[in-house]
Amino acid sequence: MSDRVEVRKTYKLFIGGAFPRSESARTTAVTAPDGTLLAHVATASRKDVRDAVRAARGAQESWAGRTPYNRGQILYRIAEVLEGRAAQLAGELEAVGVPAAEARADVEAAVDGAVYWAGFADKLEQLVGSVNPVAGPFLNLSSVVPMGVCALACPDTGGVRGVLGLVCPAIMAGNAVVAVAGGPAALVTSTLGEVVATSDVPGGVVNLLTGDHAQLLPWLADHDDVDQIDLSGAPAGIAADLRARTAENLKRASATHGAEDLRTAMAFCEIRTVWHPASI
Amino acid sequence: MTTTPHDDTATANLARTFADYAPSIEGRDIVAIRPRYGLMIDGEERDARDGAVFSTIEPANGEHIAEVAEGAAADVDDAVAAARRAYETVWRDMPGRTRAKYLFRMARLLQDRSREFAVLETIDGGKPIRESRDVDVPLAAAHLFYHAGWADKLEYAVPGMTGRPIGVVGQITPWNFPLLMVAWKIAPALACGNTVVLKPAETTPLTALLLAELAAEAGLPPGVLNVVTGAGATGAALAAHPGVDKVAFTGSTEVGKAIRRATAERGTRLTLELGGKGAHVVFDDAALDQAVEGIVDGIFFNQGHVCCAGSRLLVQEGIADELLDRLRRRIELLRVGDPLDKNTDVGAINSHAQLERIRGFVDEARDDGAQVHQSTRALPGKGFYFPPTIVTGLGGSEAICREEVFGPVLAVQTFRTEAEAVARANATRYGLSAGVWTEKGSRILWMSQRLRAGVVWANSFNRFDPASPFGGLRESGFGREGGRQGLQEYLTLSPVTA
Repeated sequence: MSDRVEVRKTYKLFIGGAFPRSESARTTAVTAPDGTLLAHVATASRKDVRDAVRAARGAQESWAGRTPYNRGQILYRIAEVLEGRAAQLAGELEAVGVPAAEARADVEAAVDGAVYWAGFADKLEQLVGSVNPVAGPFLNLSSVVPMGVCALACPDTGGVRGVLGLVCPAIMAGNAVVAVAGGPAALVTSTLGEVVATSDVPGGVVNLLTGDHAQLLPWLADHDDVDQIDLSGAPAGIAADLRARTAENLKRASATHGAEDLRTAMAFCEIRTVWHPASI
Repeated sequence: MTTTPHDDTATANLARTFADYAPSIEGRDIVAIRPRYGLMIDGEERDARDGAVFSTIEPANGEHIAEVAEGAAADVDDAVAAARRAYETVWRDMPGRTRAKYLFRMARLLQDRSREFAVLETIDGGKPIRESRDVDVPLAAAHLFYHAGWADKLEYAVPGMTGRPIGVVGQITPWNFPLLMVAWKIAPALACGNTVVLKPAETTPLTALLLAELAAEAGLPPGVLNVVTGAGATGAALAAHPGVDKVAFTGSTEVGKAIRRATAERGTRLTLELGGKGAHVVFDDAALDQAVEGIVDGIFFNQGHVCCAGSRLLVQEGIADELLDRLRRRIELLRVGDPLDKNTDVGAINSHAQLERIRGFVDEARDDGAQVHQSTRALPGKGFYFPPTIVTGLGGSEAICREEVFGPVLAVQTFRTEAEAVARANATRYGLSAGVWTEKGSRILWMSQRLRAGVVWANSFNRFDPASPFGGLRESGFGREGGRQGLQEYLTLSPVTA
């Protein structure tokens, strides 16, 4: 038996491409099923939400300005880096009580999902946009516009896929995101920041907050600079209240539940129509 | 530019001063060229059954590069049988997202080995290294990447329709973009669940064979992609093979017609991407500097060996003299020479036969009284080279205005009105590409609705993207490659029943 003392990781937030502790300096103890302490994970506060939304807003426009091909390549890079981190992430799920086979399957599904969305980036416009046969000499084009800044309520029990199943389609469409997850997903959510940070995703496009949904989601639902909130992982008891809060600035409320299909892609974008004369 | 248009000597001297440069030759060491290459059938490299070989030549110096196996009908039989086995036992029923992973791997490996592919492409085909490095190889990887993403989304390819693979696809590719055309062909075919027997052009087989090696590196199951090298007879055997469910061909209109006849009996599905005689239409309000660059790119890119090349220039009368003057000055600056030199703009003509064909067209035009203006810069003494050439004084009925030259030769005519421009641009049996140069958006759209071309570029030319369907009208062929529309060429469609 080695007498080397292992170096433990500090589990922090991921905001604007950096790894800050919570501004509130609060942490939540994450323990194994037998009660052993695993880590004190940062507990995000209202001010961390504010910082994350600001970082997302600052990054969104240039992210949306990249070519869909480039966004696809970066999503594929996430899959590549994630595959390399599979053992670590599965281990973090196992530590909080997820059976080994289930943990492994969860990470694999997350990798495959990232590949699915990587291949969607340069298809979205072709599937959702259109050329419209208006009754006049005009070229009439409807094309995809991202929502902007999306708040994502990721399920606490959804593992790695629960987080990336919302993050990937949202950023695929050109949005920047603030994702929230806690409970058994806290460790992997924090570690996913390291995956995103090493996958050529520009800082601020993905922001990951570990914390309590009931505390953080109302701030996000009320926030005037958040354009959409996906409530897939919101606790059932507060979902109706959160939907009602979105009425103030009419932000979009969705619940995509990480489905890998066209509906999810469409939930994360709007349509803009352009008219151009075609007569001389 | 202070030089007056009429001061030809001063212009030429100035041009030479600008164009002087020190050579910067790309190294050949990155690619290990073997003395002999075999066929790639069922994951194995092997000789042709009858042992026949042919020589592939380096166009830049006319020297022998390597011996390549020349497949005959018996080899095509073997390849089709291997493709059929792989189709029925592995590829057809593999989940789309698993097929996707192989294609993503191939895209990544091609990006990893891009420099090697670029150098080999330039050695074997003669195109400038700058083009193979910046255009051919990255675009080939992009085609693999784009279609990889479709493999698990085929239910969205055609609304209301379910798409299933067709079966074994025979694909025949040309020598002008050897690797890129292979990627255009195999990426959608494989993404849709078909297996492939590929016959690359006989003058440029090496990058296709290297790609087959790369496919094996990616773990692509044996028999999914087979390569049978050879000349016209090999391609004819493939196109007429009863075990082939679909044929896709890119090449000349004459061979395309022969393939149409060969596939007519059985009704084999077919797509053809053939020749063209694309016209630039330049209006008097066009941004002239931009137009000059676009015209130069349109006809001198890849030595004009481009099916969609802008080989005709239709210029509005009022600006004809000024535009031609700028063009003549511009071609003096084009560096024709060693394709491996990173400074080279125009490389070597692909073969001696093609060089003779180009000469024939230009000599005939000159004999018929047209004015031929050529770059005066010296050409390399060895290898196959032709100077950038502009032909004026044409009426429109001359062979050089009607036939595909497939070389660095621009035929110029003038027009007065939009209607006349459309009539002249459409006065061809082809219908692949066209260009419109004007600052008026409405005129671009009005023109593009009337130009009989499968692709119209506005204030740009020779733009390609895997997401954008490419293909021709009329005798430029049928079917599209790229985009959502390109997928249906590789699917058997049936209605979704409610």
